[in-house]
Amino acid sequence: MNPPPMREWADFTTETGEGGATVVALSGPLTVSSIGPVDRKLRAFAGPVARVDLSEVSAIDTVGAWTAWRVARDHDAEITGASDEALRLIAAVSKSRGTADIAPPRPDLVERVPERVGDLVIGWGRGSVGITAFLGAMLISSWYLIRHPSKFRGKAFVRQVELVAVSALGIIGLMSFLVGIVIAQQGAVQLRQFGAEIYTINLTGRLALRELGVLMTAIMVAGRSGSAFAAQIGTMKLTEEVDAMRTIGVSPIEALVIPRVLAAAIMMPFLGFYAAVIAIIGGAFLSNFTLEIPFLTFLARIQEVVPMYDIWVGLVKAPFFGLIIALAGCYQGMQVKANAEEVGLRTTMAVVQAIFMVIVLDAFFAVFFTNVGWG
Amino acid sequence: MSGAALDEAGLPEIAEHYTGAHPIVVEGLRNSFGDHVIHEGLSLTVNRGEIIGVVGGSGTGKSVLMRSIIGLQIPDEGSIEVLGRSMTDAQDDDDIDIRSRWGVLFQGGALFSTLTVAENVEVPLKEFYPEIDDELLHEIARYKVILSGLPEEAASKYPAELSGGMKKRAGLARALALDPELLFLDEPTAGLDPIGAAAFDRLTKELQETLGLTVFLITHDLDTLHEICDRVAVIAERKVIAVGTIPELLALDHPWIQEYFNGPRGRAAQFSQESSRAPANSQPGGKTMDNPAGRGA
Repeated sequence: MNPPPMREWADFTTETGEGGATVVALSGPLTVSSIGPVDRKLRAFAGPVARVDLSEVSAIDTVGAWTAWRVARDHDAEITGASDEALRLIAAVSKSRGTADIAPPRPDLVERVPERVGDLVIGWGRGSVGITAFLGAMLISSWYLIRHPSKFRGKAFVRQVELVAVSALGIIGLMSFLVGIVIAQQGAVQLRQFGAEIYTINLTGRLALRELGVLMTAIMVAGRSGSAFAAQIGTMKLTEEVDAMRTIGVSPIEALVIPRVLAAAIMMPFLGFYAAVIAIIGGAFLSNFTLEIPFLTFLARIQEVVPMYDIWVGLVKAPFFGLIIALAGCYQGMQVKANAEEVGLRTTMAVVQAIFMVIVLDAFFAVFFTNVGWG
Repeated sequence: MSGAALDEAGLPEIAEHYTGAHPIVVEGLRNSFGDHVIHEGLSLTVNRGEIIGVVGGSGTGKSVLMRSIIGLQIPDEGSIEVLGRSMTDAQDDDDIDIRSRWGVLFQGGALFSTLTVAENVEVPLKEFYPEIDDELLHEIARYKVILSGLPEEAASKYPAELSGGMKKRAGLARALALDPELLFLDEPTAGLDPIGAAAFDRLTKELQETLGLTVFLITHDLDTLHEICDRVAVIAERKVIAVGTIPELLALDHPWIQEYFNGPRGRAAQFSQESSRAPANSQPGGKTMDNPAGRGA
């Protein structure tokens, strides 16, 4: 068994032929795997060259043929000593002018920056028009479904409820439990300075029910389901499934968007409330061990210190959060047009927009509820 | 010279061109998905320098056979030898080396959608031969684009801007990037219009002759079989039931083969083949033009 052959590189020598003309004699295998160094040397070689001699070339492929042809073209030289194979390859590759752009030309920075800014501004404009149109289409479809309830896709809705809510119970529960522990523990450390550790219960209970339960759930649902909506619908757009639906007479809004939006909006309050309850249990669990407030006492005190309207504050916000998350996901999914990269971009945008909008809306709600006396 | 230094830097050894007679040898191949057995005792030998057409009904595992040969599908049993190297018990390093010596055109082109056509062609070159300068890289990409029958302006286009036929040609340009010895084509003419399909057939034949390729071609297109295939392998009943030229296959008394080649479409393709031969014979030196009208009859 022979040892594997060492990599043999192509090379060239120059000699002065008759009449003072320079002959470039290429040698060795002139193939894609051996051309790198000699190509660099040939480009650096100034010439003039009268002939390119290929008689010492042991093997040639299209890359070698191109290189020989290019040297001959650049120096206005003729090719000699080429085998039949080399001539055939040279004839095939010489159809290229070798000048076409590899990528679309990239404008200067001075042009690119204003262009990009302009694109963004127009993009925002188009985006707001698009989202308005999308909302309009949704309202029309909703109105149609209200008049024709039999058209409502119950199965799709139930499936989405399962995906959005039921299968999220585990992770949302675990997250809320840990958040509850963290609030109680951090709260207790601060409140201990005033000897007011007992207020850890108020802190945990009210914070969980008013804000954290529903907000953390919204972030989790945006990450789990909002992204899934965008990626699913986006991929369906790419594979023309959405177009196929339209041609069959099925409205994609009715079949894809409404079940998802409804599932998210309806299940968010349940999920938010569930998260708050688990967070309180987490707080009680911690208090039981580190604050010497027994588990059941903690829960009993919650009933006394948390006003009923705190629960309403959480519950009222939740469906709006669900709506925003599902709308952002479905809208971005429906905007996919070109390629796989866009699915990724749109999915990211859906999650970022959803979380951002949820937090903005939450701030408005906080001010609103304080003003109506539910502070 | 600088070559030795580069070798020490860990570049792969480059194997000699394959000079054996059978670049692809498949023996006793068995493939299954769960309980569903696709191949059982499949054997196929491909001769160097030929265009072998692989036909078979839908779901008979033509693509699975190709995927097994190029190492995308690990077979349950059997041995596969490509360019004299065993694929079935290949080490990873052998694998890499062999991958630089074949080109694959997937059904949809499988172009990288975020790169332009030229950049697509440059991907395998950069991967295997990092020592090649950008300038030469661009030049190679340009002539490969021309070689696959695309206009040079197509080099800077993104796959999304190309039509189906152009995507296939761009995919072919990428498959040819490394000057492979072996070319795998998975239904290259599917979804092309008859004129485009005939042109693609001609291109395949021309490239095979110019570059000395061995072509493994999966197809449903009877015209392609008649026009450019040296031999045809028929897959049925989980194995290759026959390999040979079309007249040889027609001489066999297998019901599927008879139906395939003698069905209405098969006869139309045969007819167009015969009628296109006649004028070519009467004009010596004239290039055989295939008759697009005969396609898809």
